[in-house]
Amino acid sequence: MTSEMKHTILEVDDLTIGYWQKKRHKVIAKDIHLSFTEGTLISLVGANGIGKSTLLRTLANMQKAIDGSIRIYNKDIEQYHSLEMATLLSVVLTEAPSSKNLTVLEFVSLGRQPHTNWVGHLSTEDKNKVRLALKQTDVAALQERKCFELSDGQMQRVAIARAIAQDTPIILLDEPTTHLDLYHRASILKLLKKLTKETKKTILFSSHEIDLAIQLSDEMILMTESQTLMKTPEQLIKEGHFDTLFPKDALFFDAGSGRFTIKS
Amino acid sequence: METGRSYKGMFVLLLLLLLAAFVLNISLGSVAIPLGEIFTSLTGGEVTKSSWNYIIIDYRLPKAITAILVGGGLAISGLLMQTLFRNPLAGPFVLGLSSGASLGVAILLLGAGSFGGFFGTMLANEWSLVLASALGSFLVLLAVLAMTLRIKDTMAILIIGLMFGSVTAAVVGVLSYFSTAEKLQQYVFWSFGSLGNQSWTGVLILSFCTLLGIVISFMASKSLNALLLGENYAKSMGVQIKRTTLIIIVATSILAGSITAFAGPIAFVGLAVPHIARQWITTSNHRILIPAVLLFGSIIMLLCDVIAQLPYSEYTLPINAITSLIGAPVVIWLLVRKRKLMF
Repeated sequence: MTSEMKHTILEVDDLTIGYWQKKRHKVIAKDIHLSFTEGTLISLVGANGIGKSTLLRTLANMQKAIDGSIRIYNKDIEQYHSLEMATLLSVVLTEAPSSKNLTVLEFVSLGRQPHTNWVGHLSTEDKNKVRLALKQTDVAALQERKCFELSDGQMQRVAIARAIAQDTPIILLDEPTTHLDLYHRASILKLLKKLTKETKKTILFSSHEIDLAIQLSDEMILMTESQTLMKTPEQLIKEGHFDTLFPKDALFFDAGSGRFTIKS
Repeated sequence: METGRSYKGMFVLLLLLLLAAFVLNISLGSVAIPLGEIFTSLTGGEVTKSSWNYIIIDYRLPKAITAILVGGGLAISGLLMQTLFRNPLAGPFVLGLSSGASLGVAILLLGAGSFGGFFGTMLANEWSLVLASALGSFLVLLAVLAMTLRIKDTMAILIIGLMFGSVTAAVVGVLSYFSTAEKLQQYVFWSFGSLGNQSWTGVLILSFCTLLGIVISFMASKSLNALLLGENYAKSMGVQIKRTTLIIIVATSILAGSITAFAGPIAFVGLAVPHIARQWITTSNHRILIPAVLLFGSIIMLLCDVIAQLPYSEYTLPINAITSLIGAPVVIWLLVRKRKLMF
């Protein structure tokens, strides 16, 4: 099918993630094998504390892997200079910007930093990319507003606009739908889906919205205590992997509807 | 970083205000000198009284230039610290630089008596205070840098700076306890701060240090802008956090350290001026904020000095008291009006 014609952009082999504490390490997850293709929307699901954020931070090279390799365009991420890395991969973090006094336009245009000169001068091309990012995320009307005036949903769109302005082939998002109501959760995820189609970017997001993720993702990464799997949602459902996601005392996964239901 | 509007008019206005404050500062003092005579003297012409010429060229002019350097330099280092620590309460002395300077001066003034001989003669030298203060700040700077290289968390640096402050305050306390009233008075006078009595050599050295600090700050403005988003975002955009932290700390130390060495610990300007400037400069872009804060700081310092001079009277108030007396109510007023101290 078409997926064979697409290029692999990021590959993860035999990865072990965790924390370094005084020369010893605490392993959070191991034996991780992943492969991302161009223009796909990938969701990362798993219970709280299973290591989703650690995996995202490791992929973004914000935290050192304990073992194994992560390659972007067939080159280990350790070998990229930090500025080069910033032109390949951008992030949307759960944290709000430290300075809420920034306007939306300032916030989004900061995404151009890896492409600008030493004083950060924005060329016409930079400005156009910022305008485009604002338009693609539907926040162009907000550009004069200060960040502290925005609602959570608007702030999330603006944060995504900043990542798009950074113009990288890969975007990682850490729980982009927290604090949002159902409508805004769906609209953010639809936006991500649209961006993968329109811009050929590869987008990975972690989420607790398993129902929505199943409906929208091209592929899913499922993290449990024992393993980390990457397959299409259909395969994961067929092979019954969602049953292993949570302890079985409160919920069960209904393969027919593709959602979790409360056990009565 | 795109700012959305131009600040050219604002800068022209600030430059004009600076010029006005400069002229006002030079024309007012304990001795009344007509404005025309002041211009004649500044342009190298003949004035009616030769003592006027001396007062203007060798006292008021170096004092006004020192005020500009001190106000601008402290305001910029305050801005740098507020952005680095992402804390609106940070100022130029959070790293403990002024505490280091006080310790150096305290050891020289209060401790020297007990060492006798050699140090006694050193006291006579006009440069000894400057040297003691610079040495004190420099040692604290080295300690802070050594810590910065070892720890990851920026907030920890802030706390370490505060701890240095406590330790030096305690040592100064012990020294004061054992020293004579006369020596103690000397120390207290130093801690009031002073813009006057600078030699032209001193002004030249201070200008060089301040200029260096400003150039380094300006070169770091791109990374400073990235830091507004927080460390993680900055890192994801290719900013090398450790190197940037080091550059910002070095710039602050050069600015705050040299200013404290020449003018003593001047309170409040560094903390308050960036907040005052932000009332008119709505952008957070450091390429605009740095020059704006520099101008605001210089203007405010010149005006504070005018007040401290108590024009036409024989008395001069301690500059340190004036900056706090004016600075604190201004910040309170801003807080009440805006309800929020943004940075």
